[in-house]
Amino acid sequence: MRSMQLGSYSNMIKNSVEAYSGYIQVHDSGYWENKSINRLLEDSDSLRSELTTNQAVKYVIPRLETFALAATENLSKGVAIIGTDPEAENHMTGIADKISAGKYITANSDGVLISEGLSEYLSLGVNDTLVLLGQGYHGTNAVGKFPVTGIIKLVNPQMNNNTVYMPLSLCQYYNGSNNMLTSLAIVLDSYESVAPVTSELKAKLGSEYEVMDWEEMQPELVQLIQSDNAGGIIMLGILYMVIAFGIFGTIMMMTIERIREFGVLISIGMQKVRLSVLIFFETLLIGISGLFISFIAGVPLLYYMHQHPIPLTGDAAKSIEEMGYEPIIPFSLAPEIFFTQGISILLIVLVCLFYPYFRLWYLKPAEALK
Amino acid sequence: MSVIEITNLQKIYNPKKIPVHALNGINLSIEEGEFTAIVGPSGSGKSTLLNMIGGLDEPTEGKVIINGVDISTLSGRQLIDFRLKNIGFVFQNYSLLPVLTARENVEFIMQLQGRKKLEYKQRAEQLLEEVGLAERMDNRPSHLSGGQQQRVAVARALASKPKFILADEPTANLDSHSTNELLEMMLKLNQEENMTFIFSTHDQRVIDKARRVVSIVDGKIEEDIFTSNTVDLKESHEN
Repeated sequence: MRSMQLGSYSNMIKNSVEAYSGYIQVHDSGYWENKSINRLLEDSDSLRSELTTNQAVKYVIPRLETFALAATENLSKGVAIIGTDPEAENHMTGIADKISAGKYITANSDGVLISEGLSEYLSLGVNDTLVLLGQGYHGTNAVGKFPVTGIIKLVNPQMNNNTVYMPLSLCQYYNGSNNMLTSLAIVLDSYESVAPVTSELKAKLGSEYEVMDWEEMQPELVQLIQSDNAGGIIMLGILYMVIAFGIFGTIMMMTIERIREFGVLISIGMQKVRLSVLIFFETLLIGISGLFISFIAGVPLLYYMHQHPIPLTGDAAKSIEEMGYEPIIPFSLAPEIFFTQGISILLIVLVCLFYPYFRLWYLKPAEALK
Repeated sequence: MSVIEITNLQKIYNPKKIPVHALNGINLSIEEGEFTAIVGPSGSGKSTLLNMIGGLDEPTEGKVIINGVDISTLSGRQLIDFRLKNIGFVFQNYSLLPVLTARENVEFIMQLQGRKKLEYKQRAEQLLEEVGLAERMDNRPSHLSGGQQQRVAVARALASKPKFILADEPTANLDSHSTNELLEMMLKLNQEENMTFIFSTHDQRVIDKARRVVSIVDGKIEEDIFTSNTVDLKESHEN
């Protein structure tokens, strides 16, 4: 259950982070509060090298994001423009695989990609012309005509309805912001590297730049996971209660049916402390054996489920897709699941040991022998 | 020399609610090498008296002095240690550890005493040979008859080299053949090694072999008879 829950969270984070935001983003100071085309940072080699010195950084994706009015002959719609390095963007998001018509853009393309929903709304196909009207850098006019190179199907429904991707240099030219960026999105080798790399970058880049991790950029996702996790922990608590009663029942039975034996041992001269140590190791051995057997039985199953997540179909799949996530139930193999469960069970076993100790401490041999 | 000195021993169960007077002022002295039967009807206080002598229960009043030590002055730990060094127990239903073999059951008590491996291994073998179980040493209790299990229990009781052996109705669960064998063995140990035996019993065959019979009724000693039994082991075996 916990593996499924944590697997789902990982998948949600992966979908959200790797679909767009990256694990960390670097902006001009104050950009996140006031997303203006005037708050840009310069795309310099020195800044790029500062970001890539840490081994945990896999890719850095430069982006210039802005808004514009997209128009055709008869229709117009507000759109989000993402100017990006097509190759780096594809490394992170696998966007090239989402092309439903036409082809993917290159760094030197003069065309754009439009999302499927936008394509349907504006009735635009491949090789048609898209007109963009907006405000460029520091009040300049941003106006341009761009051929549609390809159409992409984005998972996030909002993005699928209003997104235009264009090569970074073309976007910079369109906005009149040569060599300027709104953000540098960073992809790391693992989720565990987020905190240390964020701290390191904050320290290195100083207050001129704004370094944000995915949790800061997507607080609603963090809240969603936290609230769902709280429910999961309550369920887990109930399960542990059931398990604890099971373990306690077993230990109680083991104790009661051997009270006479304990009485004999104490009568013939075995110290209670020595018997307590024996009971401790015996119970611990049973607990560890149980954990070992459960791991032996559980790990292959979880590994299989991790490799073959349960696919959702029908309305359930549709609603999950509408939220921007893959319609699967994934399973996590995070070591913390096994560690936490193992420690919890051992703690329950140790707490349950109070019962035999209590009985042993107050055991009167003459009564036990009756 | 007295191994056990009992003075005005009283035991009252439930003293505050419905008091049950299990022992009412027992005075008894048992000498080294005695073969003493404590007899009496059910509920007369035989087992309670044995529990008091063995330090398994606390008296309400009175003293039990073993080898000059008043056992009521000992702490819980000291009392367990005292039992380990001075008293051998034989229980009515054998009470061997079921997961251990006969040999291991006998060795166990010597391991508790911290004896060396070679010593306890040799002594366990010697004792099991003495009780006639040389061929069954490596059998678990479940593969031994009742009589054989009780003989292992006697070997275990002897293993710690106690001052005396307390046996609570040792023949109660045995058939007549096993009873005879066990009695013969206990008498032999008593005569040849001067081991003191104190046992409670209902069994007339056992009472007939005892050299001292202490009758208890309603928690009091009614009779304390020294018999003229000097048991002929050969004759005992033939009977």
